[in-house]
Amino acid sequence: MQIRLTKPWRPLTAEEVRKLPGQLGVYELADASGAVVYIGFAGAKELFGLRSALQRHAEAGTGGAVSFRVEVNMQYTSRFKELLMSHRMDHGDIPPVNRTEPPVKVGRLS
Amino acid sequence: MDLELSDEQGLIVDTVRKFVRNEIVPLEADMDPDASDLDEENHERLASQVKQMGFYGLDIPPEYGGPDIDIVTRTLMAIEMAQHRAGLYNACYGVFGGAGLAQLFEANEDQKQRYLFPTLRGERHGFFGLTEPSGGSDPARAIQTTAVKDGDDWVLNGGKIFISGADRADYGIVFARTDAAKGRGGITCFIIDADMPGFHVRRIVHTLRSTSYATELQFDNLRVPPKNILGEVDKGFAIANDRLSRQRIPYSAGCIGVAVKAQEMAIAYANQRTTFGDLLATRQAIQWMIVDNEIDIRTSRWLTLAAADKANKGQPYRTEAAMAKLVASEAGGRVVDRSMQIHGGYGMTKDLPLERWYREIRIRRIGEGPSEVQRLIMARDLLGGSFH
Ligand SMILES: Cc1cc2nc3c(=O)[nH]c(=O)nc-3n(C[C@H](O)[C@H](O)[C@H](O)COP(=O)(O)OP(=O)(O)OC[C@H]3O[C@@H](n4cnc5c(N)ncnc54)[C@H](O)[C@@H]3O)c2cc1C
Repeated sequence: MQIRLTKPWRPLTAEEVRKLPGQLGVYELADASGAVVYIGFAGAKELFGLRSALQRHAEAGTGGAVSFRVEVNMQYTSRFKELLMSHRMDHGDIPPVNRTEPPVKVGRLS
Repeated sequence: MDLELSDEQGLIVDTVRKFVRNEIVPLEADMDPDASDLDEENHERLASQVKQMGFYGLDIPPEYGGPDIDIVTRTLMAIEMAQHRAGLYNACYGVFGGAGLAQLFEANEDQKQRYLFPTLRGERHGFFGLTEPSGGSDPARAIQTTAVKDGDDWVLNGGKIFISGADRADYGIVFARTDAAKGRGGITCFIIDADMPGFHVRRIVHTLRSTSYATELQFDNLRVPPKNILGEVDKGFAIANDRLSRQRIPYSAGCIGVAVKAQEMAIAYANQRTTFGDLLATRQAIQWMIVDNEIDIRTSRWLTLAAADKANKGQPYRTEAAMAKLVASEAGGRVVDRSMQIHGGYGMTKDLPLERWYREIRIRRIGEGPSEVQRLIMARDLLGGSFH
């Protein structure tokens, strides 16, 4: 499996989000410049998995995001941390919106 | 031989049971079912409660500041501490503190100051790096990581796989081959700092256990000073054998704890769920599953307590610990499986802890020496010799 998310970017619109599966997994949000502003996971607490999580972000316009990509993954907790770690390795820190949330214990990749 | 708990043991078990039920389980209702950490505030609050109860640092020997509680009682406590959703690998989310790596108790004074004591204070964290892509059951033959002397230092090259927690650790214990000709007698144990140049955590290895994940490591001309050799050169395998056997006892206790809780859930469900006009509990097929669960739990419990009792008395207990580990991990898996069957579709859901236990307890038949290796250990003791 690739460490970084490689799924295609899609527009963060209500219409696009409606097409999402109710499965669990991880996702990234990006702003208009293509920079990842948030990495999240849709865990078992989400009523409709990825669809519910992305719906919330589409409504809130999280971090000025305009696009998203998802990966269905039942190992969403370790995959989520892996994505945070690889973002930190590539950009020196976790994405800006993640920094405003309660701290997640993130390790190092090198 | 007394199979009854003493009054003091009864009181301690009861205190831990109440703590788990009143403090830990309610928090899990609001957490993701795969969560591995409490938020900082709750962690601090509960750790200070544990300190007040006098149980903090449970597995730390009293001479290092741990509470003076014998291993039989600690085993009984560990059975209780595992009785919640994250209980198998994150018992009480670590609020009882921990002893860290057994090998560090055999370190020299300087190493103890730099690694052991900060670990016991919860300030530093270590990882244990033995397994390589070439194999974990027989590391003496499989280890390909080399350490070559260069001046006073040793230079490590190679890699490790399945190493838990290395990405968040400050240091780790790494076994490397220092003499290719000597086989088992040519392995040395090094303490490496995570910020040493040449130390790389390459990726997370995703397994059934998505919390407390494992990692893959690479050592690329990693230069280690001689003061970081743990024990003696070429004698890496001699370190902490006794403590490693000892670790199999709480490891078994965790499996028992989860099994006890799964059985409790299965009994409650069988007494409440009706099919074909009567309770599941009235069906012989279900009754037998409950009985088989109980047999598995009690067998595991007595074998584990017997190993703890021998360790407590200073008698040899390697075979007993291996047997306890083998039986508790395998029987625990069966109990969780049957309890899921009794719960039907609900047993498969992430609404209940059973599915997490089902995934995680499977790893228990591989970790800390797979079942086959435990049999090998027992066969050596029973038959004598060190065949393979
Ligand atoms: C989630 C997870 C976390 C882990 N964390 C760590 C860690 O922190 N540090 C660390 O060093 N390791 C860790 N391990 C590695 C673990 O200890 C090894 O996977 C284990 O020792 C087995 O080694 P192996 O996977 O290379 O299997 P192998 O050694 O290749 O064995 C394969 C199978 O063959 C069986 N087998 C081997 N020899 C014999 C024989 N003579 N007769 C019959 N059967 C035999 C084994 O029991 C096993 O079932 C972890 C593993 C997992 C899955």
